[in-house]
Amino acid sequence: MLVSQESKRGEWPIFSIVAFCLLIVVPLLNLVPGEESFFHFSDFHINLLGKYLAFAILALGIDLIWGYTGILSLGHGVFFGLGAYCMGMHLMLQIGDRSVYGSALPDFMVWNRVTELPLFWKPFSSFLFTSGAVIFVPMLVAAIFGFFAFRSRIRGVYFAIITQAFALSIWLLFNRNELNLGGTNGLTDFKILLGFELSDPDTVRGLYIVTVIALIGAYLFCRWLVRSRLGKVLVAIRDHENRLRYSGYSPAAFKLLVFVISAGLAGLAGALYVPQVGIITPSQMGVLPSIEMVLWVAVGGRGALYGAVIGAVGVNWARSYLTTNFPDIWLYFLGGLFVAVVVLFPNGIVGLIEQAQRWVGRIFKSRSTDELAESKERSVP
Amino acid sequence: MQVRTPASNVGRGLVLSITAVALALAMSVGSSLINPQMAVAAKDPVKVGILHSLSGTMAISEVSLRDVVMMAIEEINDAGGVLGREIEPVVVDPASDWPLFAEKAKQLLQQDKVDAVFGCWTSVSRKSVLPVFEKNNGLLFYPVQYEGEECSKNVFYTAATPNQQLIPAAKYLLSEEGGGYKKFYLLGTDYVFPRTANKILRAYLLHEGVPEKNIIEEYTPFHHQDYQTIVGKIKKFARGGDAAILSTINGDSNVPFYKEFTNQGLTADDAPIMAFSVAEDELRGMDAKALAGHLAAWNYFQSIDTPKNNDWVARFKEYARTHGLPGGSKRVTDDPMEAAYYGVYLWKDAVEKAGTTDVDAVRKAVYGTVIDAPGGLKKADPANHHIYKPVYIGEILKTGQFKVVWKSEGLVRAEPWSKYTSPDKGCDWVDHKGTYKK
Amino acid sequence: MVEKKTVKCRKLIGVCVMVIVLLPMASFAQIPVHSDSAFPVPPLIASYISALASDDRVIQKEAIIALGMTGDAQILSFLEEYRVGSLYIWTRPDGQQILVLGGDETTQDDEAVVPLVSPYGLANMLQVDGGILYVSLDAVEEVRPDRRLRRVVKKQIDSLRNQINLMDSRANVRRSAAMDIGFSDDPAAIPLLEKYLLLERDKWVRVALDTAINLLKITDNDPTVRVTAIIRLGELRGEEAVPALMLVIDGSEDEGIEPDFDETVRAAAVTALKSIEGWAFYARTVQTIFRGLSLSSILLLMALGLAIVFGLMGVINMAHGELMMLGAYATFVVQHIFLAYFPQSAFDYYFLVALPVAFLVAGAFGLAIERGVIRFLYGRPLETLLVTWGIGLILQQAVRQVFGAANVDVSSPSWLSGGAQVMVGVFIPYNRLFIIGLTIFCVIATYLFLFRTNTGLKIRAVTQNREMSACLGIRTGHIDALTFAFGAGVAGLAGAALSQVGNVGPDLGQNYIVDSFMVVVTGGVGKLSGTIAAALGIGSLNKFLEPMLGAVYGKVFILGLVILFLQWRPSGFFPAKGRGLETK
Repeated sequence: MLVSQESKRGEWPIFSIVAFCLLIVVPLLNLVPGEESFFHFSDFHINLLGKYLAFAILALGIDLIWGYTGILSLGHGVFFGLGAYCMGMHLMLQIGDRSVYGSALPDFMVWNRVTELPLFWKPFSSFLFTSGAVIFVPMLVAAIFGFFAFRSRIRGVYFAIITQAFALSIWLLFNRNELNLGGTNGLTDFKILLGFELSDPDTVRGLYIVTVIALIGAYLFCRWLVRSRLGKVLVAIRDHENRLRYSGYSPAAFKLLVFVISAGLAGLAGALYVPQVGIITPSQMGVLPSIEMVLWVAVGGRGALYGAVIGAVGVNWARSYLTTNFPDIWLYFLGGLFVAVVVLFPNGIVGLIEQAQRWVGRIFKSRSTDELAESKERSVP
Repeated sequence: MQVRTPASNVGRGLVLSITAVALALAMSVGSSLINPQMAVAAKDPVKVGILHSLSGTMAISEVSLRDVVMMAIEEINDAGGVLGREIEPVVVDPASDWPLFAEKAKQLLQQDKVDAVFGCWTSVSRKSVLPVFEKNNGLLFYPVQYEGEECSKNVFYTAATPNQQLIPAAKYLLSEEGGGYKKFYLLGTDYVFPRTANKILRAYLLHEGVPEKNIIEEYTPFHHQDYQTIVGKIKKFARGGDAAILSTINGDSNVPFYKEFTNQGLTADDAPIMAFSVAEDELRGMDAKALAGHLAAWNYFQSIDTPKNNDWVARFKEYARTHGLPGGSKRVTDDPMEAAYYGVYLWKDAVEKAGTTDVDAVRKAVYGTVIDAPGGLKKADPANHHIYKPVYIGEILKTGQFKVVWKSEGLVRAEPWSKYTSPDKGCDWVDHKGTYKK
Repeated sequence: MVEKKTVKCRKLIGVCVMVIVLLPMASFAQIPVHSDSAFPVPPLIASYISALASDDRVIQKEAIIALGMTGDAQILSFLEEYRVGSLYIWTRPDGQQILVLGGDETTQDDEAVVPLVSPYGLANMLQVDGGILYVSLDAVEEVRPDRRLRRVVKKQIDSLRNQINLMDSRANVRRSAAMDIGFSDDPAAIPLLEKYLLLERDKWVRVALDTAINLLKITDNDPTVRVTAIIRLGELRGEEAVPALMLVIDGSEDEGIEPDFDETVRAAAVTALKSIEGWAFYARTVQTIFRGLSLSSILLLMALGLAIVFGLMGVINMAHGELMMLGAYATFVVQHIFLAYFPQSAFDYYFLVALPVAFLVAGAFGLAIERGVIRFLYGRPLETLLVTWGIGLILQQAVRQVFGAANVDVSSPSWLSGGAQVMVGVFIPYNRLFIIGLTIFCVIATYLFLFRTNTGLKIRAVTQNREMSACLGIRTGHIDALTFAFGAGVAGLAGAALSQVGNVGPDLGQNYIVDSFMVVVTGGVGKLSGTIAAALGIGSLNKFLEPMLGAVYGKVFILGLVILFLQWRPSGFFPAKGRGLETK
């Protein structure tokens, strides 16, 4: 019932405008005007926006599993982290002998007195392999975990807590040095990707554009998914799982499928995040960040794909803004925001927009065009 | 999972949420009164960044560093600023979130264009911002003892390297005077500083003839709270009466550890704990009775009895009181706070010596400077970014202060590359380009 | 072995000879020691102190050892001062020289001066008018022990301290001193220990004294004495004897000690070692069980409040940890009130006051949260999760701003510090014992509250069927608020208890929240008995696995087990039975 039916008509123009702005206008503003110009979009900001948009891809995945299917996962930080670590390993191997110790091995291995590259690191020197792994490794882990969880019909709150425990144990594991993934310090000090210097403004812009394209792709894919017949089944699972089961469906299979897809999106987001931010540590995949990710979607409005995007970008922007401008008290704002959103706008920012639309619609109705109002009425199921 | 929004509930919720938001706003206004922003200088201030976590897990330690840095800046401004210009601090909160450290560092250097940054505590936060500082040629003053094996052109390490803290402490415990201990339990939180520290300690102890079987290394995860099993192990290990514990346990795990240690009937006489991460500021939050008699190694103690230090301690208490900081005049000073504080003056002196805030000029002006720090004279290395410091070993008193039981003779040279683990490496920015092979 | 013994004998003889030699030497000493009228220096001690000013290192060394043999507490303070170098020869204005101690140097009228202190009794020397006597540094000459002498002094300080500690009022200190002497390899101390063994009342100090005596006898010249000592050590079953017994059996290459040459002694040591190790295994098992119990009780106390709120009301309270934190801070505040407004003697009772206060404070906050926000969200458990998360953030930051970001110091009352030795090798800390007791109390109280009171009946009724209860005239809103406040109050109690084992800081709650949820979920939502079973299971298993796997893998393993367990029982140990197929 949350799926916005009303906005269907107006969707394509808005979508095209936003996509055009992100993909063409922003990079141009970064490239063309001089640094002092009012219109200049600085390298710093384009990098920041790129990071937010990577988070938006992750938020789409969470929206699929939570907003559409009604399964709350508090472990998506793990899938995000797995994708990010895969990409991070590739980037580590690209550093080569430009590292502090001047060894071909990553710094932390020299420091840990590891003399040979561990076997599982080796394939990551190939970019092709890595770009597959960033999606498929999280999907595989999600498939194994989900298979057991959904098979035994763990659901609702139980599933949420179990995924939280899962995030905690993965966090504990990744903090260990024996895993050869850098321990607490994680992977950092990346230099190049596919021959491009990561610190070069052109690379930053390039990564941003790649992220935007990935986001558009992910959005279209998710949109297609939720409007397909599969999407209807997902909403049915959310609204009445037992009734669906009595109708002869096997909810577990659908749940698993969408859980795996959402993990893949999280992994993709992680892979795009790492080269733009320059570090990945276990703290990104723990319990706290996993909860925060869910909150983005809640704030944006679950059950509407663009809500997830708005939420991810909005909350992260607010975080960046508040930690700079109100360093001592920003947690009050953030905490207050979460309380306010859930209590006042259970449908998040999307709900707010739709409410505004309805008000606008009502005003139109009272003024003159009955026709418009009627057509609107009809579109509401 | 259906979402219902009964209208009446929403109405009531609305009122309440507005109240909540209003409350949050009131709190924010209140606290912004507590921390009045420095008045922006009329003309052309010098901007510096302060990059310490004010929320999240590291706030426990880092907030005090923010406080002393702000105090130093206020003092300098009251005395006419630097190069006749006022210093404008840009305070941000990286929230104990490592990638956020990198983002904030980028913002400080690229957007705010600060001339120097004072910040970071954990190794991982430093590692996170390091590429940013190197790429943008910024200047970071890092005030916490660290694991070494780093030699960046853009960081001044104002606290100790391993040889200025770990080695003297181990040496002391081995000596007749320190108790002549023969067995060592190296206990730490599982991250890079304890790992490196123990690597160096182990190499040193083996070098001194302590047999391998008399050294035990053990790590616990962050925030570990239950030390029953480990204290049991220590008890067994210490049954011969000649064992000492070298602890690199970090942060909030210390209280449960010391409490368990005492409650299981062990005392500092049975097996002393030599801590490398417990200073006065941490002791404020601990029941110091439980720790009395144990040891810590640092380069500064609040109890150093010199007129200069006493004056500084008094001034800090006064600053905390007048600025309404939590704790007020009960606040204490410790090693990282001293390092953070004199770091600001080190930068200021260098800027005045160089006559500019240009990073490369300032960097060169620092080399070889003698620093009149609160805890006594210190000296910047003539060729790299570390500081020659005195080493103290202190015994914890019931009051949460330290009694100095051993002091190095003169200043100890910093060794970013330990001679026990990397004897072939050195760090030199004058005759070499950073790290070089000896 | 033999060589070592002869060295020791020689040392002993040396000491005796020296004492005899020193006596006449005292009369030769030229510089007298200052004697305070309140604390007259015994003449013998005065002569030893005078000898410290001698130029002859042998005399100095023997004087130090002689001082150490006195067993006088005043000498301990004197030697400590002497070791850091504050013994001075003071040339008085009348030209006479005396030995004094100096206090901390200061400056008076641009001149470095030092206050004078009498060596025996450490009293400040006074001027004629009663002020503290300061003299210029030029008027005194320092008698500073060199590094080698300092080592001798240090040994004597340790031995003196142990001798003095043997007379301490605290059993723990006496025990520790006895063991220290036992490890000192100094058979001369045996008569002293035997004397105290006769006087000692405390069972465990007696054991320590006994162990110490026999540890020292293990190097006796007479094999029969050695065998008796070893057999006694075996009977005492203390693990402290293991290293010494190993030396008897295997010797030590590093220290150049050979195994005992007498076969019967070695055989006795092997038997004793076996007996000790057998006992140690048994003791370790008991200890592990206790540790498991202790961890379980903490888990249970944390999860109990959560189980009430989550199980009975379906609210996922992420601010549960913050409510615990508030309880801990309430304890801190009560402690401060006691320090500020009550006599010192009352301090020990502050914790008894803090417990109900913590309950009430956390309960009040819980009530406010429920009335303020949660009541609009019943039936939407996942949304309560988000809201309470936000509330948690606000509470954390508020505490940070009021109390500061650093941890605060909560001192344990004396009756919760330390512990009791219950058998050889098993030591039980009082604070953990107390928490176990508190947990049992809370569980029973909760049961009585839910099943024996009218309100409890109503709570259960609302839990089972809200609409029906409302029809029967139960004010469900009040019941909700009450239940939530009660759960929050129990969280506050848990926080107060945690302040005795861990630290109190703004993020206290976050360290425990996942564990608490694990316990509740494993136990089965809505069933207190399930929560108890889960806490016991997870706690004991953790302590059982930790020695084998280490802290990290132990925990990961448990989390994995819980996930697998829920495979088998998706709704926990004791799932709540109801007619509804699902609890959305």
